[in-house]
Amino acid sequence: MVDRPAGSNKPHLELHVPEPKFRPGDQADFSHIDIGEAGAQPRPDEACDAKETLPLCYDLIRVLGEDNKAHGAWDPKLDPETLRQMLQHFATVRAFDERMFRGQRQGKTSFYMKCTGEEATSVSAAMALASDDMVFPSYRQQGVLIARGYPMIEMINQIYSNKADKLKGRQLPIMYSSREHSFFSISGNLATQTPQAVGWAMASAIKNDSRIAATWVGEGSTAEGDFHSACTFATVYNAPVIINVINNQWAISSFSGFAGAERTTFAARALGYGLAGLRVDGNDPLAVYAAERWAANRARANQGPTLIEFFTYRAEGHSTSDDPSGYRSAQEREEWPLGDPINRLKNHLIELGEWDEDRQAAMDKEAAEKVKATTKEAEKNGILGHGLHHPFRTMFQDVYEELPWHLEEQAAQAKREREIKWPGEEPWS
Amino acid sequence: MSAEAKQDVAAETTERRINMIEAINEALDIMLERDPDVIVMGEDVGYFGGVFRCTAGLQEKHGRTRVFDTPISECGIIGVAVGMGAYGLRPVPEIQFADYIYPGLDQLISEAARLRYRSAAEFIAPMTVRSPFGGGIFGGQTHSQSPESLFTHVSGLKTVIPSTPYDAKGLLIAAIEDNDPVIFFEPKRIYNGPFSGFYDRPVEPWKKHPQSVVPEGYYRIPLGKARLVAEGEELTILAYGTMVHVAEAVAKEKGVDADILDLRTLVPLDIEAVEKSVEKTGKCLIVHEATRTSGFGAELSALVTERCFYHLEAPVTRVTGFDTPYPHSLEWAYFPGPVRIGEAIDKILKD
Repeated sequence: MVDRPAGSNKPHLELHVPEPKFRPGDQADFSHIDIGEAGAQPRPDEACDAKETLPLCYDLIRVLGEDNKAHGAWDPKLDPETLRQMLQHFATVRAFDERMFRGQRQGKTSFYMKCTGEEATSVSAAMALASDDMVFPSYRQQGVLIARGYPMIEMINQIYSNKADKLKGRQLPIMYSSREHSFFSISGNLATQTPQAVGWAMASAIKNDSRIAATWVGEGSTAEGDFHSACTFATVYNAPVIINVINNQWAISSFSGFAGAERTTFAARALGYGLAGLRVDGNDPLAVYAAERWAANRARANQGPTLIEFFTYRAEGHSTSDDPSGYRSAQEREEWPLGDPINRLKNHLIELGEWDEDRQAAMDKEAAEKVKATTKEAEKNGILGHGLHHPFRTMFQDVYEELPWHLEEQAAQAKREREIKWPGEEPWS
Repeated sequence: MSAEAKQDVAAETTERRINMIEAINEALDIMLERDPDVIVMGEDVGYFGGVFRCTAGLQEKHGRTRVFDTPISECGIIGVAVGMGAYGLRPVPEIQFADYIYPGLDQLISEAARLRYRSAAEFIAPMTVRSPFGGGIFGGQTHSQSPESLFTHVSGLKTVIPSTPYDAKGLLIAAIEDNDPVIFFEPKRIYNGPFSGFYDRPVEPWKKHPQSVVPEGYYRIPLGKARLVAEGEELTILAYGTMVHVAEAVAKEKGVDADILDLRTLVPLDIEAVEKSVEKTGKCLIVHEATRTSGFGAELSALVTERCFYHLEAPVTRVTGFDTPYPHSLEWAYFPGPVRIGEAIDKILKD
C-alpha cells in the first residue's frame, strides 16, 4: 500500500515492464531490426583508442552479404581450407547437439543444452584465438572444445557421468573442464567466469606471459554484478582479455529487454567502462572470426580489453528442460534476419567455387556417423542410469587437497552404507 | 610449556616483540619474497599500505604488480583472485572488513570452494582471503561482524582465526602455502594488544604478552591444530580470536582452573584436542562473539555432545553475541564479556 495519496496535479508515474514483440501464436516480424549492410563498417586500427569504436557499438559488423560474398574491411581473408575446416566443426557441433539431445530424451542422461544457431560464436571465435589462450566459457560454447580438438568421447563420458567421466560424475552434464585444452571448468553460477577470466589475464600480464584470456557470457547474464566487476577490473588493469557477450535474444523465457536491450546495445556498455566495443553479426562466421582476431591482436599487443556483442538467435529451447513454445512465437527462428551460420558459410564456400551441396551432404553424414560411433564407444563406459559408476570414496576426494578427519569419517559412513546395501565388492566400479 | 612458564622465559630474554599487525605484515613480506607467485591485493592495500597498516611498505619493496590497490568491488576482488589461482598464482586478497565480504560470497562459495572438486583437481584456488573481523571497537553494525559460521558451513573452504602475533604470522604463512582456499579472519580488536573484555581497564600492548615474541624469519603453524592456552582440570573453554583473551582473563579473575583451547582453525577443526580436553574436565564452555543461532558454537556443541557424551557432567554451554545486529552504543551490553562468561562459568561449575 502506498504511504500517502498521489499529488492530484502531478503526473502519475508508471512502471515500464518490458514485453517481447511476439508471443506464442503471433506472426514474428523482425523488419524493425536494422542489420545494416555487409562490408559497410569501418575497421579501426587494433591499437585505437576505445572511443574510436563508438560507431561499431551501435552498428553491426558484417562480412557475408546476401550475395554470399565477403565484403569490406572486416573480411578476414581466410583460405578455403580454413573455411572448410570451420564448416566441418560446425557440422560436428550440430550433429553432436542433435545426438546428445536425443540421448537425454532416451534417458541416457539427465540434461543437455544445444547451441543451435550460435555455432559461429564459439567455433569461429575459438579459431581466431591461439590454442593456448585461456577460455572461460559459459555452458553454450561446446564449439570451442570441438574446434580445439578435445576428444569427443570425453565430452560424452562427461554428459553420461559414466565410469570414464574424468570429472567423476560430480558435475551436471555439459559442465566440461579441460586444463589441457585451456578450457576453464564450467560453473552453473552465471557470469562468475567473467571476473575470473580478467584475473587470469591479469596473472598472465603480471608474469609477462604472451597468452590472453577470453570469456563468454550470455546477454541475460550481463545483468549479474560479476559482469560489472569484470568490465571494471579489465579496464583498470588493461587486462589482456576479450569479453564475448552472446546476445541470442533469450535468457530462458526472458527476452533481452530484461537485460536492458530495449534502450541500448550490449556492445555500447563497453564505452562506459573504457573498453573497446564491437557489435557483430553472430551468424556471420567471417565477421565473428575477424572481430575475435581484432580483439585478440589488441589484447596481445597490450592495447587493452575488448567487449564484443555477438548478435545472434537461440534457435532451440534453453535446455532439455525447457519448451520455448510456452513463451515465444514458433516463427521466430525462420524469420530471424541473420539466418543460419552454417548455411551462410556453406553458401559462401559454394560461391567461391570451393564447395558443393554433395560434399556438404557427405560432410554432414560423416559428422553424424562419427558422433554416433563415438556415442556407442562412450556407452561402453555406461550411461547415467543409476549414477553409481564411481567408487564412493571419490565423492569425498578433491573437496580439499587432503581429506580432513570429518570427511574421512563421512567416507567411512558411505562405505558402511554401501556394505549394508550391496554386500561384497563395490558395485559398478 | 604453560603460559606462565612462557611468560617467565619471555621476561628474562630480550627477544623481539611485535604486535599482530606487524606479524601479519611480516608474514606477507616473507611470502612475497619466497614465492614469486604470491600476489597481495585489495582496497587501499597498495601505496597506502592498508587501512590497518597490515600491508605497509610491501608495494614499495615488492613492486606494483605484486602488491596493488583494487577497485571497490569485493565480487571482483575474489573473482579475479580465482582466475589468478587458475593461472597458477597464489593470490592473497584482502577484504577491508569481514562485514563487506558478502558481495564476494558467490565467488567464494560457488567458485573458490568448489573449483578443485568440480574440475577433479584440474583447477585449484590456492588463495588466502584476509579480512579483519570481530567487534569491541565501536564499529557498529558494519565494522564488527563475525561471519565465520557462513564459511565453516561451506565444504571446500578452510577458516582460520589467529589470536596472537606469533600465531598470526605462522598461521598466515601456512594459509598462503596451503593449496585450498583459506578464509583468514584477523580479530581487529587485538591488532594492537590483547583484550581482556574489561573494557573499562587500560589496554595492554602486545609487548607485555609472551605470544608477542615472534621469530624474524620463516616459520609456520600447521592448520587444523589448536593451541592449549591454559591447562586446567575443572572446565574446558573453547574459544578463538579475541575471545581467547577474554575467556582467559575471566577464568583468571574467577580463579577457575580451566583448560582453555584456542581453536585457531575452525575447519578443519582439531577434534582430538577438543575431545582430549573435555574427556579430562567433563565440562565444556564455548565462547564466541558471533551471534548465537546457527553460530559455530552450535557445531562445537553438537560435536562435543556426540563425541564426549559419557564424560560430560554438565550441559555444554555457549556464551555468544546476542541474536541481533551488532549495535553501536550498546556494544558493551552486546559483547560476550566478563559478566556473561562469569555467569556461565558459575552455572556450569555448579551443575
